[in-house]
Amino acid sequence: MNLLWDLYGTFFRIGILTFGGGLTMLPMLKYEVVEKKEWTTEDELLDCYAIGQCTPGIIAVNTATYVGYKKAGVPGGIFATLGMVSPSLIIITLVAAFLREWMDNVWLQHALAGVRGMICALMLHTVLTLAKKSLVSPSCWIICIAAFLIVMLTGFPTIGIVALAGIIGVILGKAGVKQA
Amino acid sequence: MLYLQVFYEFFKIGLFAIGGGPATIPFLMELSEKSSWYTMEELTNMIAISESTPGPVGLNMATYVGFTTLGMAGGIVSTLGLVLPSIVIIILIAKFLINFQENQYVKWVFSGIRPAVTALILSAVIGICRVSLFTPDAAGVMTPAIGSIAICIMAFFLMFVKPIKKLHPAVFILSAAVLGVVFRL
Repeated sequence: MNLLWDLYGTFFRIGILTFGGGLTMLPMLKYEVVEKKEWTTEDELLDCYAIGQCTPGIIAVNTATYVGYKKAGVPGGIFATLGMVSPSLIIITLVAAFLREWMDNVWLQHALAGVRGMICALMLHTVLTLAKKSLVSPSCWIICIAAFLIVMLTGFPTIGIVALAGIIGVILGKAGVKQA
Repeated sequence: MLYLQVFYEFFKIGLFAIGGGPATIPFLMELSEKSSWYTMEELTNMIAISESTPGPVGLNMATYVGFTTLGMAGGIVSTLGLVLPSIVIIILIAKFLINFQENQYVKWVFSGIRPAVTALILSAVIGICRVSLFTPDAAGVMTPAIGSIAICIMAFFLMFVKPIKKLHPAVFILSAAVLGVVFRL
């Protein structure tokens, strides 16, 4: 039981100190899980990160589940994940409740108008970074452009596009097309 | 009943959003269109706040969307829905599949999915730009929001500059909020 709460507490700390995406928390994770608690080795942690990126879901959650499971079985995976989730639940609920009360405030409106412009710039850079990492061969470009046209021009569901792209990946792989 | 529906929608996102936090955005946009639980403009605000508060962005957005839809309990339900597939899948992989990420089929599947996800996120970003940089005037016609557009363009180019590039998104978002107040956008 102590180990379970230790997992919860450790991932709670990691969650609250993570700003941004799952990838920004690697140094925190390394410090807490590898150096301080010695729950995994650094190699195992990097492996787990690789798995976290090629499985569905939030990378931070995938990593928490993996480390928790390795350490204390299914309950360990659940406690570590709940620890990771708790800071978001608490902080966002507070912020959202506060903002809802103040939404009509003129100054908040001005601030949000500025923020909206910035979000566009940030998101465009996210796309550029992703494109650099994911569009590494002609077949990647073709899949990307085809998916883009389908999503912009038709009402094809997002889930369908993801599933289809996975199938096409296997077909191309079987056919011996170099993809990465 | 609505709680179940929220749980189900987020469970689906958790199952299909591959590539972490940003990959959930196309799904959240699709959900906004088909459910009318929240508007695109609200979604943009939620992204901004999720990027500048502690916690992984993907989890923050799930909690925020759930809260906007159904209050505090909604935030808990949506977040649990999002993480449940991860817990199940990761435990199965950890238990049964040694060297999962080295498997040839897994590699093929993800080499197909990755470029498609980039396209999905690009299309979501275009949608976000459309609602963020244009506002309806008194007659309901979409007109360019000059101030927001100026911030977007300036920031976009500044983010290519070396020392600025490394700054945390929260720094950009906060400075944009200050500019918005100073210039009364």
